[in-house]
Amino acid sequence: MTIYIDNKPYEAKPGKNLLEACLELGLNLPYFCWHPALGSVGACRQCAVKVFKDEDDKTGRLVMGCMEPVRDNLRLSLEDPGAKAFREQVIGWLMTNHPHDCAVCDEGGSCHLQDMTVMTGHTYRNYRFSKRTYENQDLGPFLNHEMNRCIQCYRCVRFYKDYAGGKDLNVFAAHNHVYFGRCESGRLESEFSGNLAEVCPTGVFTDKTLKSHYTRKWDMTWAPSVCQGCSLGCNTSAGERYGSLRQIANRYNGEVNGYFLCDRGRYGYEFVNSDQRILQPAFRPHSNGTVNKEHVLDQVAARLKNGRTIGIGSPRASLESNFALKMLVGEDNFYLGMSDSDHDLTSLALKILRDGPVRTPSLQEAGEADAVFILGEDLTNTAPMLALAVRQAVRRKPEADAMGQIHLAEWQDAAVREAVQEDRGPLFIFNTLPTKLDELAEAVQRGAPEQLARLGFAVAQQLGADIAPITGLTPEETALAGKIAAALLAAERPLIIGGYGSGCDHMMKAAANVAWALRQKGRNPLLSLTLPEVNSLGLEMLGGHRLDTAIDVLRQGEADTVIVLENDLYRRADEHLIDEFFLHAQEVILIDHLYNRTAEKATVLLPAGTFAEADGTVVNNEGRAQRYYQVYVPKGDVQESWRWCLQIAEGAQVQSLHGLHNLDDIDWALTTGMPSLASLQHLAPHADFRINGQRIPREPHRYSGRTAMQANVNVSEPKPAEDDDTPLSFTMEGYRGEPPAPLIPFFWSPGWNSVQSVNKYQQEIGGHLHGGDPGVRLLEPHVNGGAPFFHEAPDTFVPIPGHVHIMPVYHIFGSEELSMYTPGIAKHAADFCCLYLNPDDLAQWNITPGNWVTVETDHHTCRLVATANHWMPRGLAGVNAGLPQSPVVDLPVLAKMQA
Amino acid sequence: MFSLLRSMWLVFLHMFHKRETYQYPEEKAPLPARWRGRIALTRDPDGGERCVGCYLCAAACPVDCISLQAAEAPDGRRYPGFFRINFSRCIFCGFCEEACPTYAIQLLPDFEMAEYDRQNLVYEKEDLLINSQGKYPGYNYYRVAGMAIAGKDKGEARHEEPPVNVRSLLP
Repeated sequence: MTIYIDNKPYEAKPGKNLLEACLELGLNLPYFCWHPALGSVGACRQCAVKVFKDEDDKTGRLVMGCMEPVRDNLRLSLEDPGAKAFREQVIGWLMTNHPHDCAVCDEGGSCHLQDMTVMTGHTYRNYRFSKRTYENQDLGPFLNHEMNRCIQCYRCVRFYKDYAGGKDLNVFAAHNHVYFGRCESGRLESEFSGNLAEVCPTGVFTDKTLKSHYTRKWDMTWAPSVCQGCSLGCNTSAGERYGSLRQIANRYNGEVNGYFLCDRGRYGYEFVNSDQRILQPAFRPHSNGTVNKEHVLDQVAARLKNGRTIGIGSPRASLESNFALKMLVGEDNFYLGMSDSDHDLTSLALKILRDGPVRTPSLQEAGEADAVFILGEDLTNTAPMLALAVRQAVRRKPEADAMGQIHLAEWQDAAVREAVQEDRGPLFIFNTLPTKLDELAEAVQRGAPEQLARLGFAVAQQLGADIAPITGLTPEETALAGKIAAALLAAERPLIIGGYGSGCDHMMKAAANVAWALRQKGRNPLLSLTLPEVNSLGLEMLGGHRLDTAIDVLRQGEADTVIVLENDLYRRADEHLIDEFFLHAQEVILIDHLYNRTAEKATVLLPAGTFAEADGTVVNNEGRAQRYYQVYVPKGDVQESWRWCLQIAEGAQVQSLHGLHNLDDIDWALTTGMPSLASLQHLAPHADFRINGQRIPREPHRYSGRTAMQANVNVSEPKPAEDDDTPLSFTMEGYRGEPPAPLIPFFWSPGWNSVQSVNKYQQEIGGHLHGGDPGVRLLEPHVNGGAPFFHEAPDTFVPIPGHVHIMPVYHIFGSEELSMYTPGIAKHAADFCCLYLNPDDLAQWNITPGNWVTVETDHHTCRLVATANHWMPRGLAGVNAGLPQSPVVDLPVLAKMQA
Repeated sequence: MFSLLRSMWLVFLHMFHKRETYQYPEEKAPLPARWRGRIALTRDPDGGERCVGCYLCAAACPVDCISLQAAEAPDGRRYPGFFRINFSRCIFCGFCEEACPTYAIQLLPDFEMAEYDRQNLVYEKEDLLINSQGKYPGYNYYRVAGMAIAGKDKGEARHEEPPVNVRSLLP
């Protein structure tokens, strides 16, 4: 439809509001309370425009752009003097109490309030009286609170409470004293609290980890990156200054993370700056100090030629690095560096997604589902952003009902929430332990994973899946299965979620069965499976042998040299197995970035680049390959793992890697070697890509201090580093327009310094980026293949006398290896030596809670503290998975227990 | 011919004029107070560092010769952890002084900074920080800013009301 803005005709999409329409057309209209993901409430009165009745109407009336829907032939004016004066007046009021703080405010330079103040032309204060002040609160290790700066837009509580389901941030007091905070100082409990720093249009909530090494947005070297925290692969922008990583900011991707990140992703970056980084190659245990890189490469190549070598890959290393190692040691000698249970689950997930007829959704699609069934996943802890998507999905059905009844647009946030009240769409959760999403669920079922999987199979059977009948269910369970089946059948876009969280493969099979049965009924279900790590699926696609066979190979003397790629093997199998593994290995060559227990055993250390110092590709749980880019040139001899492999290969004269030098070369080899990954060629522009003959600069045009940063070392500035791998430059010189979506280092637009500038990069508000969102999907459903149902349901869970069945319990803070180097995350991690047991079990074993118990697995014992947890079924125990120093690693496992 | 003689006469007359040339270095030129010379970091009336590490000087610098790192002291004051000016690049344009919101960075009437070794023109914070308020005596940024620091709590700055009691609903 056509709308006339200042008498010029424009095309606008129906269903939008005027503010969205103006922003989509590239016009600048200031706003505060509206947020593309949160909708409109019309609270700040900043987006006022004049709307005219018809062509002859010269007076018009002021309306709030965010509250007025687009209509055909609507005439409005942004430039009308009345509207402009109104907007200037409004911002004058908003600024009356705003402190004289910009110089000491962390938001300065990426502040929406600064931008909008300049945009409205409010330059001088008219208010000459005293300012209101507030006391601040300590909100924990992630966020800084400075309430004086608040302009009462209510975005923080709308995000925190309404969108993310947080309970402990609210608005207090009344009239011009309203206060946004907690009822008392304390850590913000929501896993998405870090987003407040970006949601807040000014500096009330700012990133506390950034403050500890504060740098303005314009002074950082940015690169597009991908979060390494879990398997969802949210897009981030990583910023560096003075050789250390300073901040992780959200990088909008319309298909994946949208506008938000979880706290593990936002704050889990500090391992990059850790003092435990390996920065120089070294021979161990003999050499102290640095050795020459060429010498090390020669030595490693010689050891490779002489020895029989195997390579151990890693799910936290890029596709390129794993592929380079696989080629270096030969396909038959490449082992996946995942624990055997993780490997089983990941390969099952790949099989389900590749051979099954059901599509796996992007995070965005998951948020649009209208019925959700979660099997054995505590999403907030295993895939946090998927939990946030589910929180939106449960609103879809009541929202659609409400909008149908009262004819409201979706963006009318306050009105829609008023109409929806506490109504929720169908959400069913099967999980052993309580989850944060339980509060939204229509029904929750507890029990042992096998038991829950049986019930999942029963749901599939109710939906007509061709599987063996499930017997022995209670009438309530049968009724629940029927209810779930009916709700899923009634939904238009049902979403089934399974994954690795319970450690039980039957749970994933049950999820697949349910989804496939729905598909067989002609529905359009979505099936999302969570996976353990950032590149678990990518590594599984590359393929390799199991880790336990690597141990056998060494034990039998078929190999004596091991190359370990970005992997702490002590996190992959129990301690005694890895100790034995290293005992049999004569040479252990470790390419990694952190000095961990595996590095302790290595004979050669090669410093690898982290995600911030390397280019690479990772594949998320959706099968979406995404590229992350090097942010800065690291200290020492740190370089990409794949580059180490290529350089070793050159010395060792490995033919399959001959002549490969940079990222494009290795990607060419990867895509020709693995036809299933061929579409990676179109993932991102190649290194020779230029716009107007120019590279894309990683640094903003206001980047400062170039002639002083290194002047203390040498007053003659060094030549800037060159990037042979990507079309990005390490300097501020280059093309200043909008880069292609995969190459956007940071969001900025003239007059829009804050992250809100993302609207200038989108096809439509909240939609795709110009030219399509970055990332290439490698997995599509096998449409004509029928449904290869898993026929056998697991047996009923029966406790084994004298034994406990130990299952993993995952936590957002603690279960992931690298984020634990962030002090704020480590501080809130769970206790590593807890063994959760049913109180009745404790009584039966005669164990006092808090005492140590001995657990014996595979003829090796370890001691854990017994902790009562009445959600644990009898005969089942849980340990916090993935924590450093955790004595039981490969979970689930059957163990003997002694008091 | 006449003009030649006239010029010689005028030159001759100049012998009796007041001399404009200063016999530098024996005699120093009187520089105006707003002369844009050596850059210094000044102090508050209470002796604290004025610089709060806001990076505006660095951003304003056309030759990018200022680099610093902001830090926060336990008392809540912000300060530059390091502050470096590469005077071999500086063009003494004074943009940094104009950009400074706290009157911390000031250009002083002093130009005698020549060095034989260019490396010596790199000034660190200890070379820049002076024990003076410079050209703007009396100004104390924290007295007008909303941030609380030791000795100045919320509501104690100029033009500030005492902090709101958020548990009260009284008007």
